[in-house]
Amino acid sequence: MTAQPMTAQSAQAIHVQGLEKAYKEVHALRGVDLDVARGSIFALLGPNGAGKTTVVNILSTLLKPDAGTATVNGFDVAAQGAQVRESISLTGQFAAVDEILTGRENLVLAARLRHLKGAGRIADDLLARFQLTDAAQRRVSTYSGGMRRRLDIAMGLIGNPPVIFLDEPTTGLDPQARLEVWQAVRELAGRGTTVLLTTQYLDEAEQLADRIAILHQGRIIANGTLTELKQLFPPAKVEYVEKQPTLEDIFLAIVGDDRTGSSDSAADSDRAER
Amino acid sequence: MNTHFFGDTAVLLGRSMRHITRSPDTIITTAIMPIALLLLFVYVFGGAIKHGSETYVTYLLPGILLITIASGISYTALRLFTDMQGGIFQRFQSMPIARSSVLWSHVLTSLAANLISLAVVVLIAIAMGFRSGAGALAWLAVAGILFLFTLALTWIAVIPGLTAKSVDGAGAFSYPLIFLPFISSAFVPTATMPGPVRAFADNQPVTSIANTIRDLLAQQPAGTSIWTALAWCLGILIIAYALAMVTYHRKIA
Repeated sequence: MTAQPMTAQSAQAIHVQGLEKAYKEVHALRGVDLDVARGSIFALLGPNGAGKTTVVNILSTLLKPDAGTATVNGFDVAAQGAQVRESISLTGQFAAVDEILTGRENLVLAARLRHLKGAGRIADDLLARFQLTDAAQRRVSTYSGGMRRRLDIAMGLIGNPPVIFLDEPTTGLDPQARLEVWQAVRELAGRGTTVLLTTQYLDEAEQLADRIAILHQGRIIANGTLTELKQLFPPAKVEYVEKQPTLEDIFLAIVGDDRTGSSDSAADSDRAER
Repeated sequence: MNTHFFGDTAVLLGRSMRHITRSPDTIITTAIMPIALLLLFVYVFGGAIKHGSETYVTYLLPGILLITIASGISYTALRLFTDMQGGIFQRFQSMPIARSSVLWSHVLTSLAANLISLAVVVLIAIAMGFRSGAGALAWLAVAGILFLFTLALTWIAVIPGLTAKSVDGAGAFSYPLIFLPFISSAFVPTATMPGPVRAFADNQPVTSIANTIRDLLAQQPAGTSIWTALAWCLGILIIAYALAMVTYHRKIA
């Protein structure tokens, strides 16, 4: 069933065909097909229980599919697990960081586990890049939700894996922390990393993704760019509505002005983009 | 199977040992209950117990050491459970490491933590008058048996560590293990127990292990009980390891 020529295969960072997975009672995936181009941001959009995490777990070799094939960075997830794990990093639904270690120790740990030389320097660079230098020596248990997520993502970047999975990277974050994460994801894609992210937030997919696939009850029911997806629906009616500031605009305007320190710039530049 | 196994295990062991040194309360809590039992039985009940050793603390210590291990491994399960729950277990499993090193680092941490607790309990017992004229070889044999017992119980602890749904569930499995020494020769000789109780006590693992350690420390010939003790330790170890591996592979592809 390899209809596609090899060139097309290797041009894709992720290639998934006919993926199926059933748990005891739930048929989580009922034949998922998707392709993610290198260097793009791909959003898997769906409500809770749609099967998003199952897809990510199969692609990161934590779960075996019941049927179907998947390749990541050209490696088969079933047969070449070790090579797949060399090519990826997974940032799960919860910030999977070590609470008892400091931020820097977490990064050093990840660098050592990727068998890199100069773990300390790698850690310091990432701390600076994610505005965590001031908190580097503090235990992670004292970090805010946003700081944890940034550390979490920073740990995932160690070793520059070409493909990064972000499973609901902003669930449970406050609006500022959310903007910080978005900024980090955009930067990643800017450096040529392929990002597959799952989200249940429509605006997140709209803001970040080059392509969006909607996963519903274990199937991809729509897949395309935002423009393509919009064309599936009748053209929007033009209405004139007085532009009121949203609560988020108000919140960020008030809180943003007061804030000093690390994450200001990320939030500000993000607001400027809109 | 993987060239990185030892390096990865060492890195992850360093991580969990840091957990222990940063929250030494787990070691203290592990040692407190056995120490309390030691004090209670030596200074309250001990005078009324016919035990046949020089001092009751000398008679009691082997059983108390086994209780120390049984209570210590509940933290092994807890540490593993916390890693599973927090998602860091999955993070490690998705990294290019020797995957089995994640479990092994927990097992080695359990051995190290229990060793510290056992040392604390022995020091208290010495302060309470425990003495042994046993030579290096006998102590080595005692250490070996305690090591095997800890390893066997640690692999039992891995199973709830991987599968528990709550913190309470992860720790609760150790209660029967802590209770088992009470129906054995650990506190009193089994001879005075009524028939069925005695039959159980004589034939459960704690009695043979406690008797062996006691004989070794008292420079008595351990006789066949040392083989029974070793058989129990190895048997439990093999079965627990096999079950833990099945559980592990059910969790991780």
